[in-house]
Amino acid sequence: MQIARETLLRSYRAMRTIRDFEERLHVEFATGEIPGFVHLYCGEEASGVGVCANLTDNDTISSTHRGHGHCIAKGVEVSGMMAEIYGKSTGVCRGKGGSMHIADFSRGMLGANGIVGGGPPLMCGAALSHKTLKDGGIAVAFYGDGASNEGTTLESLNLATVWKLPVVFVVEDNGYGEATGSSFAVAGTQKDRAAGFGMPYLECDGSDFFAVYQTAGEAIAHARAGNGPIMLHVHLQRWYGHFEGDAMTYRAAGEVAEAKRDHDCLDLFRKKVTEAGLLEHAELDAIDEAVRDEIESSVVAAKAAPLPEPADLLADVYVRY
Amino acid sequence: MSKKSFRQAINEAMRLEMRRDPRVIIMGEDVAGGQGGTSGVVDAWGGVLGVTKGLYTEFGPERVLDTPITEASYIGAAAGAAATGLRPVAELMFVDFVGSCLDQIMNQTAKFRYMFGGKARTPLVIRAMFGAGFNAAAQHSQALYPLFTHIPGLKVVIPSSPYEAKGLLIEAIRDDDPVIFLEHKVMYDDEEEVPDEAYTIPFGEANLTREGDDVTIVAFGRMVKLANEAADKLERQGISCTVIDPRTTSPLDRDTILDCVADTGRLVIVDESSPRCNMAADISALVAEEAFDALKAPIRRVIPPHTPVPFASVLEALYLPDAAKIEAAVKAVMNHKVTEAA
Ligand SMILES: Cc1ncc(C[n+]2csc(CCOP(=O)(O)OP(=O)(O)O)c2C)c(N)n1
Ligand SMILES: [Mg+2]
Repeated sequence: MQIARETLLRSYRAMRTIRDFEERLHVEFATGEIPGFVHLYCGEEASGVGVCANLTDNDTISSTHRGHGHCIAKGVEVSGMMAEIYGKSTGVCRGKGGSMHIADFSRGMLGANGIVGGGPPLMCGAALSHKTLKDGGIAVAFYGDGASNEGTTLESLNLATVWKLPVVFVVEDNGYGEATGSSFAVAGTQKDRAAGFGMPYLECDGSDFFAVYQTAGEAIAHARAGNGPIMLHVHLQRWYGHFEGDAMTYRAAGEVAEAKRDHDCLDLFRKKVTEAGLLEHAELDAIDEAVRDEIESSVVAAKAAPLPEPADLLADVYVRY
Repeated sequence: MSKKSFRQAINEAMRLEMRRDPRVIIMGEDVAGGQGGTSGVVDAWGGVLGVTKGLYTEFGPERVLDTPITEASYIGAAAGAAATGLRPVAELMFVDFVGSCLDQIMNQTAKFRYMFGGKARTPLVIRAMFGAGFNAAAQHSQALYPLFTHIPGLKVVIPSSPYEAKGLLIEAIRDDDPVIFLEHKVMYDDEEEVPDEAYTIPFGEANLTREGDDVTIVAFGRMVKLANEAADKLERQGISCTVIDPRTTSPLDRDTILDCVADTGRLVIVDESSPRCNMAADISALVAEEAFDALKAPIRRVIPPHTPVPFASVLEALYLPDAAKIEAAVKAVMNHKVTEAA
């Protein structure tokens, strides 16, 4: 597989940024300074980044409650995200949305989503816009194994097929919806579900950036070529609780430790690119350091940023009223 | 009698009713938790905020059912089961998720009895948490009780304390109509003395948490506590208030509200839900129509603005009614000067 050096560097940086962003939130959340609910994407970085590395700002994605990774992968600016999570006026949503509602339309990022199954119908609509306006863009709906059971998701698989929409349905399967395993909650298989709607299906190991990048590339090319929707099933593991504060008693001892040891997408990436002579350790180390600084300064800036003004409460309910 | 939290009181109501009646079952997302997990620990969560904890252990998988994340199907299934012999208590988690299953509640469950000419009986309870105060933002903070109150066929319950919650939930489970039971999420750790045995509190009978001469305050759910806080403060300033907790918005105890307004001549309504067509508007209309001559001042509503619930703490605090805003509203009605028409 040929991947441009630029793409490799950018993708590694995005994955590292997500990891550090989330690990830092994990620490900061424990201090009590971060309001609301926070769901971390650690362990799943290669999925969002591998998919989005095949997209441009002209393409549209929808995310989930576990949305920080998708935002970063789609190019949303980190300091604005951090400020949003701290509820500051400098946040990408001016402090009105928080962790679960980060959106940046200029990047084709139509929002994290507090409603499970909220995204897939919206991506049918985004795909309809791309198709009708003939702007060359496609839509990607990221959703979890838990969300794959929602009626909205299943209806969207049908609608996208019936309307032959350029949508890629990316099932991020981390084996759990909250505290319930997908072996309990998901009947049949994602593959058979796709087949049931006459939709092509691809799957890949979500800890392997190269597998995601390549498989997503095929799926996106299929949609971009006007062949209609396609499902991409990404197998993943999440490293932290469903949300911060979840003790994860439903998971076997050692499950997360093993995932960290054997399936860390950053380790696997580094090993692969350095062994193949594509990138040097020093280049990756430099990225690690730059990201560390970026996250540090985003936290410092977020903490120091001004709070929203009282007038903001009433602003932006409508375009015009 | 012992000190119990709001969470414990609700848990105990379900537990006692499940012991009493084998037809009572529980269902919802992670109401046990841990099914399909790799540790083998079941009852891992007992609900996302621990309200159903221990019920799976006591009653087992046939009576405590974890569901996939599919509100339309399991809320509808609960209604279908209720119509055919079971008495389900279905947990919707956050009331905001009603968006995913409203048809089953609004067009199905609520209408069975009337539409089928009085033949159906649907003893369903849907429990959900509501309300702002947790920085849970626009999709996890709404106070949607007016939405349900608007729909004929549903009963709507909003407990204001642990004692109220236990008695009202037992009543809800024994009731033969569909009941929406709404728990303010900020209240789960509130504690008070609650009897250990089962007891019921009838629907449609308001509770006067205090009686006074000057102003009637009607408040719902968590707002009852805030209204009493404000009333304590006002008392020290020589203004005495009646605080009414209607307990249920449907049925609504109109008589108690009208009687109290007749006594005090002044009304303040505290309602956490979005202001258009909410309970404050509903009760204002009732009093304007039925007690106009008793009013010595315009009715005042302490309500949020017509916006979604914002995330940032400063904005959320500004959004919500609080004791200071209630106090100011009471003073405003006290200071109202009647101007005689020329
Ligand atoms: C309609 C709706 N139902 C339930 C929830 C509560 N909830 C939030 S995340 C979640 C689990 C989602 O699982 P999955 O789709 O697998 O995503 P993951 O958390 O594993 O990334 C649930 C049940 C919700 N936010 N919206
Ligand atoms: Mg999942």
